[in-house]
Amino acid sequence: MVVTVALMIWKGLMCITGSEAPIVVVLSGSMEPGFKRGDILFMHLSKDPIRVGEIVSFKIEGRAIPIVHRVIKVHEHQNTGELDVLTKGDNNYADDTVLYTRGQKWLKQHHITGRAFGFLPYVGWGTILITENPIIKYILIGAMGLLVITSKG
Amino acid sequence: MHSFGYRANALLTFSLTILALMCVIASVSDNFNTITPTASVKVLNINRFTKKSNGDDEVGVTLDISANLQSLFTWNTKQVFVFLAAEYSTPKNPLNQVSLWDGIIPAKEDAHFSIKTKNKYKFVDQGSNLRGRDFNLTLHWHVMPKTGKMFADKLVLPGFRLPEFYR
Repeated sequence: MVVTVALMIWKGLMCITGSEAPIVVVLSGSMEPGFKRGDILFMHLSKDPIRVGEIVSFKIEGRAIPIVHRVIKVHEHQNTGELDVLTKGDNNYADDTVLYTRGQKWLKQHHITGRAFGFLPYVGWGTILITENPIIKYILIGAMGLLVITSKG
Repeated sequence: MHSFGYRANALLTFSLTILALMCVIASVSDNFNTITPTASVKVLNINRFTKKSNGDDEVGVTLDISANLQSLFTWNTKQVFVFLAAEYSTPKNPLNQVSLWDGIIPAKEDAHFSIKTKNKYKFVDQGSNLRGRDFNLTLHWHVMPKTGKMFADKLVLPGFRLPEFYR
Protein backbone atom coordinates (compact mmCIF):
# COMPACT_ATOMS: atom_id res chain seq x y z
CA MET A 1 0.00 0.00 0.00
CA VAL A 2 2.67 2.50 1.06
CA VAL A 3 4.87 1.46 -1.84
CA THR A 4 2.00 1.83 -4.31
CA VAL A 5 1.17 5.32 -3.06
CA ALA A 6 4.82 6.36 -3.21
CA LEU A 7 5.08 5.07 -6.77
CA MET A 8 1.87 6.86 -7.75
CA ILE A 9 3.11 10.17 -6.31
CA TRP A 10 6.46 9.77 -8.09
CA LYS A 11 4.87 8.99 -11.47
CA GLY A 12 2.34 11.78 -10.94
CA LEU A 13 5.16 14.26 -10.28
CA MET A 14 6.93 13.02 -13.42
CA CYS A 15 3.81 13.82 -15.46
CA ILE A 16 3.30 17.28 -13.92
CA THR A 17 6.90 18.44 -14.01
CA GLY A 18 7.90 16.74 -17.26
CA SER A 19 11.18 15.70 -15.69
CA GLU A 20 12.23 12.06 -15.45
CA ALA A 21 13.68 12.76 -11.99
CA PRO A 22 11.44 15.44 -10.41
CA ILE A 23 13.24 15.24 -7.08
CA VAL A 24 17.00 14.85 -6.77
CA VAL A 25 19.15 14.42 -3.70
CA VAL A 26 22.35 16.45 -3.63
CA LEU A 27 25.20 13.95 -3.30
CA SER A 28 28.31 16.11 -3.44
CA GLY A 29 29.54 19.41 -2.09
CA SER A 30 30.10 20.93 -5.52
CA MET A 31 27.27 23.46 -5.09
CA GLU A 32 28.07 24.46 -1.50
CA PRO A 33 27.22 26.56 0.38
CA GLY A 34 23.95 26.87 -1.55
CA PHE A 35 23.19 23.17 -1.65
CA LYS A 36 24.75 20.72 0.76
CA ARG A 37 24.91 16.96 0.72
CA GLY A 38 21.53 15.56 1.72
CA ASP A 39 19.46 18.53 0.55
CA ILE A 40 16.82 17.88 -2.07
CA LEU A 41 15.93 19.84 -5.18
CA PHE A 42 12.66 19.94 -7.07
CA MET A 43 13.11 19.82 -10.83
CA HIS A 44 10.91 20.55 -13.80
CA LEU A 45 11.62 20.29 -17.49
CA SER A 46 9.88 22.57 -19.97
CA LYS A 47 10.43 23.14 -23.65
CA ASP A 48 11.81 26.66 -23.07
CA PRO A 49 15.46 26.93 -24.00
CA ILE A 50 18.02 26.78 -21.19
CA ARG A 51 19.49 30.13 -20.18
CA VAL A 52 22.60 31.12 -18.31
CA GLY A 53 22.41 30.95 -14.50
CA GLU A 54 19.91 28.12 -14.27
CA ILE A 55 20.68 25.11 -12.14
CA VAL A 56 20.17 21.99 -14.23
CA SER A 57 20.59 18.26 -13.79
CA PHE A 58 22.28 16.47 -16.66
CA LYS A 59 23.33 12.99 -17.63
CA ILE A 60 26.63 12.14 -19.25
CA GLU A 61 26.95 8.99 -21.34
CA GLY A 62 28.47 6.24 -19.22
CA ARG A 63 27.46 7.80 -15.91
CA ALA A 64 24.36 6.50 -14.16
CA ILE A 65 23.87 9.35 -11.69
CA PRO A 66 22.88 12.80 -12.95
CA ILE A 67 24.92 15.84 -11.92
CA VAL A 68 23.32 19.09 -10.71
CA HIS A 69 25.30 22.20 -11.63
CA ARG A 70 24.82 25.77 -12.81
CA VAL A 71 24.84 26.90 -16.46
CA ILE A 72 27.59 29.45 -17.10
CA LYS A 73 27.61 29.65 -20.90
CA VAL A 74 24.96 29.29 -23.59
CA HIS A 75 25.39 29.50 -27.37
CA GLU A 76 22.27 29.17 -29.49
CA HIS A 77 22.80 28.16 -33.11
CA GLN A 78 21.24 30.08 -35.98
CA ASN A 79 19.30 27.62 -38.10
CA THR A 80 18.71 24.65 -35.85
CA GLY A 81 18.09 26.56 -32.61
CA GLU A 82 20.32 23.94 -31.04
CA LEU A 83 22.03 24.88 -27.80
CA ASP A 84 25.60 24.52 -26.61
CA VAL A 85 25.65 24.70 -22.83
CA LEU A 86 28.54 24.77 -20.35
CA THR A 87 28.01 24.07 -16.64
CA LYS A 88 30.02 24.50 -13.45
CA GLY A 89 29.54 23.71 -9.78
CA ASP A 90 29.41 26.90 -7.70
CA ASN A 91 31.98 25.45 -5.31
CA ASN A 92 34.24 23.96 -8.00
CA TYR A 93 37.34 25.70 -9.22
CA ALA A 94 37.02 24.67 -12.87
CA ASP A 95 34.08 24.27 -15.21
CA ASP A 96 32.61 20.88 -16.06
CA THR A 97 34.46 20.17 -19.31
CA VAL A 98 36.52 17.61 -17.40
CA LEU A 99 33.35 15.78 -16.30
CA TYR A 100 31.92 15.45 -19.78
CA THR A 101 32.75 12.59 -22.11
CA ARG A 102 36.26 12.79 -23.51
CA GLY A 103 36.28 15.31 -26.36
CA GLN A 104 32.87 16.67 -25.44
CA LYS A 105 32.98 20.43 -24.97
CA TRP A 106 29.31 21.28 -24.62
CA LEU A 107 26.10 19.85 -23.22
CA LYS A 108 23.18 19.62 -25.63
CA GLN A 109 19.54 20.04 -24.70
CA HIS A 110 19.03 16.25 -24.68
CA HIS A 111 21.61 15.75 -21.92
CA ILE A 112 19.58 17.90 -19.56
CA THR A 113 17.09 16.00 -17.41
CA GLY A 114 15.72 18.77 -15.22
CA ARG A 115 15.82 22.42 -14.13
CA ALA A 116 15.76 23.23 -10.43
CA PHE A 117 13.04 25.48 -9.03
CA GLY A 118 12.68 24.50 -5.39
CA PHE A 119 14.78 23.45 -2.46
CA LEU A 120 14.39 21.62 0.88
CA PRO A 121 17.30 21.08 3.27
CA TYR A 122 18.28 17.77 4.90
CA VAL A 123 15.32 15.72 3.61
CA GLY A 124 17.54 13.58 1.38
CA TRP A 125 19.76 12.27 4.16
CA GLY A 126 17.65 9.12 4.53
CA THR A 127 18.31 8.25 0.90
CA ILE A 128 22.05 8.82 1.28
CA LEU A 129 22.24 6.69 4.43
CA ILE A 130 20.32 3.86 2.82
CA THR A 131 22.28 3.83 -0.44
CA GLU A 132 25.65 4.05 1.27
CA ASN A 133 24.90 1.58 4.07
CA PRO A 134 22.75 -1.22 2.62
CA ILE A 135 22.59 -2.83 6.08
CA ILE A 136 20.26 -0.05 7.26
CA LYS A 137 17.98 -0.87 4.35
CA TYR A 138 17.81 -4.56 5.36
CA ILE A 139 17.20 -3.66 9.00
CA LEU A 140 14.39 -1.31 7.97
CA ILE A 141 12.78 -3.85 5.65
CA GLY A 142 13.13 -6.53 8.36
CA ALA A 143 11.58 -4.29 11.00
CA MET A 144 8.67 -3.42 8.71
CA GLY A 145 8.15 -7.09 7.92
CA LEU A 146 8.12 -7.94 11.63
CA LEU A 147 5.60 -5.19 12.30
CA VAL A 148 3.31 -6.47 9.57
CA ILE A 149 3.52 -10.04 10.85
CA THR A 150 3.08 -9.19 14.54
CA SER A 151 0.39 -6.54 14.22
CA LYS A 152 -3.10 -7.75 15.05
CA GLY A 153 -5.58 -6.66 12.43
CA MET B 1 -5.08 0.76 20.86
CA HIS B 2 -3.14 3.71 22.34
CA SER B 3 0.12 1.86 22.47
CA PHE B 4 3.52 3.52 22.63
CA GLY B 5 4.11 2.91 18.93
CA TYR B 6 0.78 4.44 18.01
CA ARG B 7 1.46 7.56 20.05
CA ALA B 8 5.01 7.92 18.70
CA ASN B 9 3.72 7.57 15.14
CA ALA B 10 1.00 10.19 15.70
CA LEU B 11 3.50 12.60 17.25
CA LEU B 12 5.98 12.11 14.38
CA THR B 13 3.30 12.61 11.73
CA PHE B 14 2.01 15.72 13.47
CA SER B 15 5.43 17.33 13.87
CA LEU B 16 6.42 16.57 10.28
CA THR B 17 3.14 18.07 9.04
CA ILE B 18 3.72 21.26 11.07
CA LEU B 19 7.32 21.45 9.82
CA ALA B 20 6.21 21.04 6.19
CA LEU B 21 3.53 23.70 6.68
CA MET B 22 6.09 26.13 8.15
CA CYS B 23 8.39 25.54 5.16
CA VAL B 24 5.54 26.31 2.79
CA ILE B 25 4.61 29.49 4.69
CA ALA B 26 8.25 30.65 4.77
CA SER B 27 8.53 30.13 1.02
CA VAL B 28 5.20 31.83 0.27
CA SER B 29 6.19 34.82 2.42
CA ASP B 30 9.03 35.56 -0.03
CA ASN B 31 6.41 36.67 -2.56
CA PHE B 32 5.51 39.70 -0.43
CA ASN B 33 9.02 41.11 -0.76
CA THR B 34 9.32 43.97 -3.25
CA ILE B 35 12.78 44.25 -4.75
CA THR B 36 14.65 47.35 -5.91
CA PRO B 37 18.07 46.15 -7.07
CA THR B 38 20.47 48.58 -8.70
CA ALA B 39 23.68 47.93 -10.62
CA SER B 40 26.24 49.66 -12.76
CA VAL B 41 29.13 48.11 -14.63
CA LYS B 42 32.05 49.75 -16.39
CA VAL B 43 34.54 48.09 -18.69
CA LEU B 44 37.78 49.62 -17.38
CA ASN B 45 40.09 48.07 -19.93
CA ILE B 46 40.31 45.56 -22.76
CA ASN B 47 43.43 43.71 -21.66
CA ARG B 48 43.59 41.28 -24.52
CA PHE B 49 41.75 40.78 -27.79
CA THR B 50 43.01 38.00 -30.03
CA LYS B 51 42.06 35.26 -32.40
CA LYS B 52 43.02 31.91 -30.89
CA SER B 53 44.81 29.28 -32.94
CA ASN B 54 41.53 27.39 -33.43
CA GLY B 55 39.96 30.53 -34.96
CA ASP B 56 37.82 31.62 -32.01
CA ASP B 57 37.98 35.21 -30.77
CA GLU B 58 38.97 35.74 -27.16
CA VAL B 59 38.69 38.87 -25.05
CA GLY B 60 40.19 39.69 -21.66
CA VAL B 61 38.58 42.58 -19.79
CA THR B 62 38.83 44.41 -16.48
CA LEU B 63 35.41 45.19 -15.02
CA ASP B 64 34.17 47.58 -12.38
CA ILE B 65 30.95 46.15 -10.94
CA SER B 66 28.87 47.96 -8.32
CA ALA B 67 25.47 46.79 -7.17
CA ASN B 68 23.03 47.02 -4.33
CA LEU B 69 21.10 43.78 -3.96
CA GLN B 70 20.11 44.22 -0.30
CA SER B 71 16.41 44.28 -1.12
CA LEU B 72 16.60 40.67 -2.33
CA PHE B 73 17.24 39.37 1.17
CA THR B 74 14.35 38.13 3.31
CA TRP B 75 14.28 36.01 6.45
CA ASN B 76 14.09 32.93 4.22
CA THR B 77 17.21 33.78 2.18
CA LYS B 78 20.27 31.60 2.64
CA GLN B 79 22.42 33.37 0.08
CA VAL B 80 22.28 35.21 -3.21
CA PHE B 81 24.34 33.98 -6.12
CA VAL B 82 25.24 36.89 -8.36
CA PHE B 83 26.92 36.81 -11.76
CA LEU B 84 27.69 39.04 -14.69
CA ALA B 85 27.29 37.72 -18.22
CA ALA B 86 28.04 39.16 -21.63
CA GLU B 87 25.11 38.75 -24.00
CA TYR B 88 25.50 39.27 -27.72
CA SER B 89 24.28 38.02 -31.04
CA THR B 90 26.30 37.03 -34.10
CA PRO B 91 25.35 35.90 -37.62
CA LYS B 92 26.22 32.37 -36.51
CA ASN B 93 24.52 32.38 -33.11
CA PRO B 94 21.45 34.56 -32.49
CA LEU B 95 22.12 34.33 -28.76
CA ASN B 96 25.35 33.96 -26.84
CA GLN B 97 25.50 34.21 -23.05
CA VAL B 98 28.94 34.05 -21.49
CA SER B 99 29.49 34.35 -17.74
CA LEU B 100 32.40 36.65 -16.98
CA TRP B 101 32.31 36.86 -13.20
CA ASP B 102 30.28 35.43 -10.32
CA GLY B 103 30.14 35.58 -6.56
CA ILE B 104 28.21 34.39 -3.54
CA ILE B 105 26.63 36.95 -1.23
CA PRO B 106 26.15 35.24 2.14
CA ALA B 107 24.36 38.05 3.99
CA LYS B 108 22.42 41.26 3.47
CA GLU B 109 25.33 43.36 4.79
CA ASP B 110 27.50 42.13 1.91
CA ALA B 111 24.88 42.82 -0.76
CA HIS B 112 25.95 46.42 -1.33
CA PHE B 113 29.28 45.95 -3.04
CA SER B 114 31.72 47.29 -5.55
CA ILE B 115 34.48 45.23 -7.12
CA LYS B 116 37.15 45.69 -9.75
CA THR B 117 38.02 42.38 -11.36
CA LYS B 118 39.33 40.70 -14.47
CA ASN B 119 36.95 38.26 -16.12
CA LYS B 120 36.93 35.05 -14.07
CA TYR B 121 35.71 32.89 -16.96
CA LYS B 122 37.05 33.01 -20.49
CA PHE B 123 35.22 35.33 -22.84
CA VAL B 124 35.50 33.22 -25.99
CA ASP B 125 33.20 33.32 -29.01
CA GLN B 126 32.23 30.32 -31.13
CA GLY B 127 34.06 31.61 -34.18
CA SER B 128 35.56 34.94 -35.08
CA ASN B 129 32.71 37.41 -34.69
CA LEU B 130 33.74 39.72 -31.88
CA ARG B 131 35.45 42.60 -33.72
CA GLY B 132 33.26 45.72 -33.37
CA ARG B 133 30.55 43.59 -31.75
CA ASP B 134 27.88 45.30 -29.63
CA PHE B 135 27.04 43.49 -26.43
CA ASN B 136 24.99 43.80 -23.26
CA LEU B 137 26.23 43.07 -19.80
CA THR B 138 23.58 41.39 -17.69
CA LEU B 139 23.75 41.21 -13.91
CA HIS B 140 21.86 38.11 -12.80
CA TRP B 141 20.90 37.10 -9.31
CA HIS B 142 19.71 33.77 -8.00
CA VAL B 143 18.11 33.91 -4.58
CA MET B 144 18.75 30.60 -2.85
CA PRO B 145 16.27 30.16 -0.01
CA LYS B 146 16.56 28.38 3.31
CA THR B 147 13.57 26.42 2.11
CA GLY B 148 11.17 26.49 -0.82
CA LYS B 149 11.09 28.26 -4.16
CA MET B 150 14.18 29.85 -5.71
CA PHE B 151 13.97 33.24 -7.39
CA ALA B 152 16.09 34.55 -10.25
CA ASP B 153 16.08 37.69 -12.35
CA LYS B 154 18.48 40.10 -14.01
CA LEU B 155 19.29 43.70 -14.87
CA VAL B 156 20.31 44.37 -18.47
CA LEU B 157 23.00 47.00 -18.98
CA PRO B 158 23.14 47.73 -22.71
CA GLY B 159 25.49 49.73 -24.90
CA PHE B 160 28.90 48.06 -24.77
CA ARG B 161 31.06 47.56 -27.85
CA LEU B 162 34.22 45.61 -28.53
CA PRO B 163 37.10 47.23 -30.48
CA GLU B 164 37.35 46.95 -34.26
CA PHE B 165 40.86 45.54 -34.15
CA TYR B 166 42.72 42.84 -32.24
CA ARG B 167 45.28 44.04 -29.74
